[in-house]
Amino acid sequence: MTAVEMTLAPAPSIDLPTQPRSRARHLRSLLLGLVLPVGLGAAWELAVHLGWSDGRLVPPPSVIFATLWELARTGELWTHTQATVLRVAAGFALGVVAGTLVGAIAGYSSLSRRVLDPTLQALRSIPSIAWVPLFILWFGIFEASKVALIAVGVFFPVYLGVMGAILSVDRKIVEVGRAFRLSGPALVRRILLPAVLPSYIVSLRSGLGLGWMFVVAAELLGASEGLGYLLMDGQQLGKPAQIVAAIVAFAIIGKTTDWLIEVATAPLLRWQDAYGQQAGEA
Amino acid sequence: MLALDQVGKTYPNGVNALERFSASIKPGEIIAVIGGSGCGKSTLLRAIAGLDRASRGTITLDGDIITAPHPKIGIIFQEPRLLPWLSVADNVAFGLDGLSKQERTARVTEALKRVGLADKAGVWPRELSGGQAQRVAIARALVPRPEVLLLDEPFSALDAFTRRDLQDHLLDLWADSRPTLILVTHDVDEAVVLADRIVVMRPRPGRLFEEIPVFLSRPRDRASALFEDLKRRVLTSLDQSLDRAVPDRQDKPVSGEAMWW
Repeated sequence: MTAVEMTLAPAPSIDLPTQPRSRARHLRSLLLGLVLPVGLGAAWELAVHLGWSDGRLVPPPSVIFATLWELARTGELWTHTQATVLRVAAGFALGVVAGTLVGAIAGYSSLSRRVLDPTLQALRSIPSIAWVPLFILWFGIFEASKVALIAVGVFFPVYLGVMGAILSVDRKIVEVGRAFRLSGPALVRRILLPAVLPSYIVSLRSGLGLGWMFVVAAELLGASEGLGYLLMDGQQLGKPAQIVAAIVAFAIIGKTTDWLIEVATAPLLRWQDAYGQQAGEA
Repeated sequence: MLALDQVGKTYPNGVNALERFSASIKPGEIIAVIGGSGCGKSTLLRAIAGLDRASRGTITLDGDIITAPHPKIGIIFQEPRLLPWLSVADNVAFGLDGLSKQERTARVTEALKRVGLADKAGVWPRELSGGQAQRVAIARALVPRPEVLLLDEPFSALDAFTRRDLQDHLLDLWADSRPTLILVTHDVDEAVVLADRIVVMRPRPGRLFEEIPVFLSRPRDRASALFEDLKRRVLTSLDQSLDRAVPDRQDKPVSGEAMWW
């Protein structure tokens, strides 16, 4: 309860005359983004507090935080998070490697693109859940089938991103490489790779997003640990707070990993002459 | 010595872009190639650069037949075509792979100083103006010390003032090591101010129409009567090159040529 009430308290007035304006503006946009979720949470908390609702099916923030805290205290949260993160990490790694390789081959050679792309596009349109029975038959009910499902989810956005990025590299820039007599591998390393990097990173991020989606699908369909298992367990035992707690954990970890990619790759993209970046620099 | 012998190019779509173009160009000579659209001037330049292969005929530089980009031939495009992920200095150093690090740094520093951008070494290309970016492209093409430098309408995207400035600048840089310059342009002023020899081409198919030698000493005064005369001469030649009734001036009656075709 305290956590919510602390955020409820009027934010300390922004009194930063010595700070550069960008810092203050950054802080303001951050606070603006928090208005809606914090406001809704506080309103619901109040409604339950005043007895307008019993909050049994939709637990108020305080109960959710208490549940999270309880899960964290017993170490359960850690076990489940670790299981899920490891699955996503393995599936993401596999999917990224495969997607990058196949995407690069399909982007580089038009013959392999004509051979590979139609099949891959057809496979891409299969709903993820449809793979589950097959993967369980192939890889068993333990980790392998889950990791495979996540890898499939990550593969397609990365594949599409890499192929599309290579196809859209400016022919004129490639010609500069040719004029300076770069060999095939040097052309890839010095021209193609840097040129595709921005869209590659975007595809990594959307791949990771799908990875988080697919891990839930995998864990809902039979797991003894993992955040998805917490969801299922919450449903079967009638503990909505635990479900929402697991959802919150998903949101936090998903956002954090996405942010990690963004931060880790930002130095590689400083050269970009993009609208978004200028806004960031201002 | 750059020699072009009966060079022709037909594109896969059947367009005959260049027909029986022959020329021999002495080291240090400055040639301006001028002509209406579709006269094959860019095709010619790309063939010399080794970016496209000629369908017929041969191009040789000091005895080497050119079929792919050659280390002694540099090219400057219409756009700067800098690599946006490399700093200005790294862009200039792009073609200097075989050299030691000190040698590379020394050459890049010197080149940037020569084009007046020493203070821009560390910035990204996006921070340069159009004229500055093209100067970096000139520096990039010159640091490997090419014997032949090809320029494909290099200043056509710039405003008149910057263009003039860069034309003078190019002559300055040329004087350092005196490479052969082959400049494709559609600007008569530019051709007369820079070239020793102006090659006028005519379209459909692209071929040589006339060669006009320029006997003006440098630096050339753009306002002088001689300059104006020469400009008029080039303009008249250009007009005639587009008039189908006028026969090619340089159609030498070579016996073998008819048989070859």
